[in-house]
Parts: sequence; C-alpha cells; structure tokens
Amino acid sequence: MTTTPATPPPPPTDTTNLPAEGGFIGSGQEGGIGDQVRAYFQRVRSGDMGALPAIGGLIVLVILFTILSQTMLGQQFFLTERNFANLLTQAASLVMLAMALVFVILLGEIDLSAGVTSGVALSAFVVLTKPDGPNMNWVLALVVALLVGVVIGAFIGFFVARVGIPSFVVTLGLFIGLQGVTLILLGAGGVFRIQIPEFLAIQNANLPIWGGWVMLAIILAVSFGMSLWDRALRTRAGVPNRTFALVIAKLAVIAVLGGFVVAVLSQNRSSSIKEIAGVPIVVPVVLLILWIGTFALDRTKFGRYIYAIGGNAEAARRSGIKVITIRWVAFIVCSVLAVVAGVFSASKVGSVNAGFGTDTVLSGVAAAVVGGVSLFGGRGRLMHAAIGALVIAVIANGLGLLNLPAGVNYIVTGGVLVLAATVDAVSRVRAGGSLTRT
Amino acid sequence: MADTPLIELTDIVKSFGPVSVLKGVNLKAFPGKVTALVGDNGAGKSTLIKGLAGVQPYDGGEVRFDGQAVHLHSPRDASALGIEVVYQDLALCDNLDIVQNMFLGREETAGLIFDEGQMEREASETLRSLSVRTVKSVRQKVSSLSGGQRQTVAIARSVLKKAKLVVLDEPTAALGVAQTEQVLNLVRRLADQGVAVIIISHNLQDVFKVADYINVLYLGTMVAAIPTAETTSDDVVGYITGSKTYDGVNV
Ligand SMILES: Nc1ncnc2c1ncn2[C@@H]1O[C@H](COP(=O)(O)OP(=O)(O)OP(=O)(O)O)[C@@H](O)[C@H]1O
Ligand SMILES: [Mg+2]
Repeated sequence: MTTTPATPPPPPTDTTNLPAEGGFIGSGQEGGIGDQVRAYFQRVRSGDMGALPAIGGLIVLVILFTILSQTMLGQQFFLTERNFANLLTQAASLVMLAMALVFVILLGEIDLSAGVTSGVALSAFVVLTKPDGPNMNWVLALVVALLVGVVIGAFIGFFVARVGIPSFVVTLGLFIGLQGVTLILLGAGGVFRIQIPEFLAIQNANLPIWGGWVMLAIILAVSFGMSLWDRALRTRAGVPNRTFALVIAKLAVIAVLGGFVVAVLSQNRSSSIKEIAGVPIVVPVVLLILWIGTFALDRTKFGRYIYAIGGNAEAARRSGIKVITIRWVAFIVCSVLAVVAGVFSASKVGSVNAGFGTDTVLSGVAAAVVGGVSLFGGRGRLMHAAIGALVIAVIANGLGLLNLPAGVNYIVTGGVLVLAATVDAVSRVRAGGSLTRT
Repeated sequence: MADTPLIELTDIVKSFGPVSVLKGVNLKAFPGKVTALVGDNGAGKSTLIKGLAGVQPYDGGEVRFDGQAVHLHSPRDASALGIEVVYQDLALCDNLDIVQNMFLGREETAGLIFDEGQMEREASETLRSLSVRTVKSVRQKVSSLSGGQRQTVAIARSVLKKAKLVVLDEPTAALGVAQTEQVLNLVRRLADQGVAVIIISHNLQDVFKVADYINVLYLGTMVAAIPTAETTSDDVVGYITGSKTYDGVNV
C-alpha cells in the first residue's frame, strides 16, 4: 500500500507457481511459453479476438485474388512485387485515416468530417505553394496544413466535449460546411497539380535498398529495447516477467515477416529499363506514426484515459480524469492525423481538387470496424485499424486488377464490413455466458 | 465524542430541478470511528455521498474537513483531501483490467510512461490484504468478473492509497457471507488504523456489528445520530420508516 518504497522489495524468489497465503493472484505473466499460448487461445475463445478475423480475412483475400488473377486473366497480376508495392502506397492514406479515427472511436465518438478536414488542409497547402501565387516553402505550407487540422479538431472538440453536442451532429455539420470551404479556396472545377518533388516523393519514391534493411533493424532494436525496459521495471517492482522465450519469439516473427516484406520490396519491380526497387518512403512514415500512437495509447495517461472514458465516462470522471480535456485533445489528434492521411493521398495522385476527401471517411470507419475496433468505444488498437484498412485496400486493388466493374468493389467491401461486425458480435455472444475470461 | 470530527457537514441542501433531495442535512464522522448511514430507498444517502466525493456538488451548506471549511467541487478536490469513495454503482471501467481500474486517475509512472510492475504489485498486495481468493489474475478485465468480485475491486481501489476518509455505499450488497465478513473486518481494521469510515448499508445486523455511530436519513433529513451502543435495532427501524422519532438529533 505504500506509494514509493524507499528500497525495492526483495524480488520474491519465485512467485510464479506458489499458492501464497490468502490465495494466489496471478498477473497473467506466469508460466512458460506453453501457458502463455494457452492463455492467449483462451482469450480468443472468450471473444477477445482483436484483429484475428481481419488477419484471417487478409490471408483469404490474398489467396483468392492470386487464384482469380491466374484463372480469370491467365496471368499473375496480383501476387507480384510491383502490385505489392502498389498496394502499400494505395493503402497508406486509408491506413492513416483509420488510425486517426481510432482516437475518437475509442471514446465512442465519431468524426464524419475527417476526410473533408484533410480537403481543407490540402487546399490550403496547394494554394499556399502555388508557384504563381504565394509560392510558400512546402515544409512551411505543410505545417500550416497540419495547423488547419489542429484548428478544426479544436473546433469539433469544443462543441462535443465542452458544449456537449453529439459528435455525429457536429461533424456531420462540418462535413457539409468544410466542403464549402474547400470549394471557396480552390474554386469550382479547379484541379491543382502539385509539383513539389519532395512532396510527391512521399508516395512515389523509395528508400535505397539498404534503407529498408536499416528500417527493419531499427524496428527490431526498438522492440527489443522496449521489452528489456519493461522487464527491468517489472523486476524492480518484484513482479513476475513473461518467459524470455516470448520476447525472442516476437522478435523472430517481426524479423521473418519484416525481412520477407523488405526482401520483396528490394527486388526490381520495373517493367522498363529504369530500375524501381526499395521500400516506399510512406511505409516508414506510417510505421513511425503507428508506433508513436500506440505508445501514447498504451503507456501514457492520455491513452489510458481515452480507453477509460470509452469504457465508462462517468467512472472516469469520478476518478478525477479531466474528461473534457481528453475528449478535446482526441479530436485534435484525429483531425491532424486525418490531414496526414490527406497528404499521403495528395502525394499519391499529385493533385488536389474541390472534391478532395469527400468520399474517404466512411471507408476509414469501415476499416477500423473490420479491424476489430468497437464503435461503442473502449476497445480496439491502432494496429487493428491499420489491418482493417489493408483488408479494404486489398479488396479494391484485387477487384480492380480483375477488371470487374467498380460497383462490385462497393458491394464486396460492404459485405466484408457486415461480415466482420457479425464475427465480432457472434464471438462476443458466445463468450457472454462465461465469467472465466482472463 | 470529544474529538473534532474529521468531516462535518452542516445544513447540506441539494435538489434536482424541483425535487429537493437533501433538506439541510448534518453529519459528522470521526477519525478511527465507523459511522453508519441508514435510511430507506431514495432517502438521499447516495446523493449525500456523491457531494462528499465532489462528483455531484451540494447546492448549499457547509463542509468542514479537519476543522477547515472546504469546497468539494470536483472529484479531485475530494481525493486531494484523502476522501475515497466506493460508489453504489461501483463505477468501474469494464474494458480495463483490475490494476488499471484500481489505479485509474492516479497511475504510477516512471518518467512519462506507466510503471506497470509497480502498479501490479501494489494492486496484488491490496487484494491479498482483503483475502481475495477467487480472482485468478490482476490482469483480468473487469468485464469478466462476478458482481462480488467487482465490488471487491472497487473496495480495493478505495484503500489502495492511504485515505483519511473512506466512504462505502452499500459495499456488501453483492457479497457472499465470507466476503461480507471480510469487508466488515476491513472496515473495522481501517477505523482501527485511524481512518474515518462512513458506511451505508440496508443490513442492520452488519451495521450493529461494525458501526460506532448510526445516522438515519429520512426523506432528506437526518432524523437520528446515535452511538450504536445506545440504541436498538427496533428503534433504528422505527427511525428509518418514520414511525418513531428521536429527539437527540443534534449530537
Ligand atoms: N441525478 C439525479 N437526478 C434526479 N433525481 C435524482 C438524481 N439522483 C438521485 N435522485 C433522486 O434523489 C432521491 C435520493 O436518491 P439517492 O440515490 O440518494 O437515494 P438512496 O438513499 O441512496 O437510495 P438507495 O437506498 O435506493 O440507494 C431519489 O428520489 C432519486 O430519484
Ligand atoms: Mg443509494
């Protein structure tokens, strides 16, 4: 019960398996790798599936499109190095948007204006950088675009968190209103081409081959370092650590999967003489934001309070949490990350027009839900939303390659969304009767 | 009796719109003593408690803590004074685990990030001190706990940090015989450590077992405040239902 023990308590020789007085209370960290794996499957069986259905769906879709491409087109267009790189850059913007939305969806809120927010921000960007206009430095203009996100997020946050209007209503209003702002900024029918090489490079250029491997090495090093840090803190507190084999296993999985991805992207995927190879620049950018966001959600008060408010806002309030501030900040984070998503999208297509961002937000919400993020709040991770976005991107990419009419894409995506929600609901109902969830 | 009360409420009023729920309530709680608050459903017990927690501030009246006039406008005001409350509806986050719930709003950090190990150890120690047997892991989600287990977690949360005043709103309502015994023992133990305890209960047997003083709230007014030794169960039932009156209200 003491707040700060002057000396760390002696590490209990082995709390792992002994039934202490008063009955042993575990921490879920005990036991070998077998116990951990069993515990994991028990969690899954009890309805805590996380992104598992989405990952399964992703694998099924990849196999399906590989077969369909071979049989329907007589040639493999889907499972190629080039399409893989293509897919990643196509998905980047949606991944980012879905991750942005997670911050408000976790609160049980929604931001329908996330897409058009990026529209306003990117309009400001193209207007400011126009060579025959203000001709502003593109980095500065990018900062302005992100600030536009801050302002819009703060505006939404004010009405939702402080005034108490449902976010659905506020952001629906903004969804309509901000389209008007974009229209005024750009003028109707105007298409603004972006001719800033560095800006276009985000989505259209690649890291050098060695850069991809360095990226993977950094990921492994950071992951290993954080594991060691966590274990050191736990050891200092005298609580058991998960078996070290698990740390190694996790690193091995990252190394193998990451190594495979980097290796594939390091192949020449050009169909002409000029070689194209390397990890697209957008990939490390997305991974960095994913890592920072996950860090904030898992390990800082801001993140913990977002989950708490999403789970039981009144309990959070009674615990002294500044509910209004947290809500407010979450909307700002969402809007800013939505602008980043817009940057990826603008960099990919190389232009911004008056309709920019009007048709993306619902795909972002769908991606989050497909990945296992609950719209009721309190449940879900950034990684889940990212995987959900990949599912939706694979559907669009695969069906596009098969030359099916665009309508099919919408129908399939909608079907997958409902399917994902059903899998989630069924797994939860099945687990409902059980109180033994660990 | 001669001690200064740790908390002294005078003329507390609270209404929800036109409905006046607390009509000038007085209450004292002393360090090292258990003060029971009883009364029928809807008498205003929980409302009185929520004001003390800063969750639902009073409309008027005076609150003195350790002799000082204080204002309880937010939960932070209350916890800064060392007031911990177990709410009738428990107020736990289902999507968080036991440790996360117990430390919600007062997480231990190592630099910017959480010190999960430290929190886990303190949580297990506190739970163990409450003789919790059935909880398998402190990392269980609260949604997976039974009603009684949830109640224990809520109680454990309130005694995690050294509080000066612990308020328990029907803490044993969902508990089994053995667990109820544990909680009553805990209440006694807390008081023996010098903590002022206010306990709300509908179970008069429990109240007589553990309380030093009994306060009866009847339709928003405190109709009796009596040392437990000087009254009987029958009398208290009379005050609760309004069929008896007590003249020594202003102790
Ligand atoms: N937020 C609120 N808005 C309106 N009326 C309320 C509110 N909270 C409580 N009340 C009313 O105040 C009265 C007292 O409620 P309170 O919860 O304090 O009773 P209680 O003594 O705790 O009862 P119980 O024994 O059933 O828990 C009730 O009539 C209730 O309907
Ligand atoms: Mg009550």
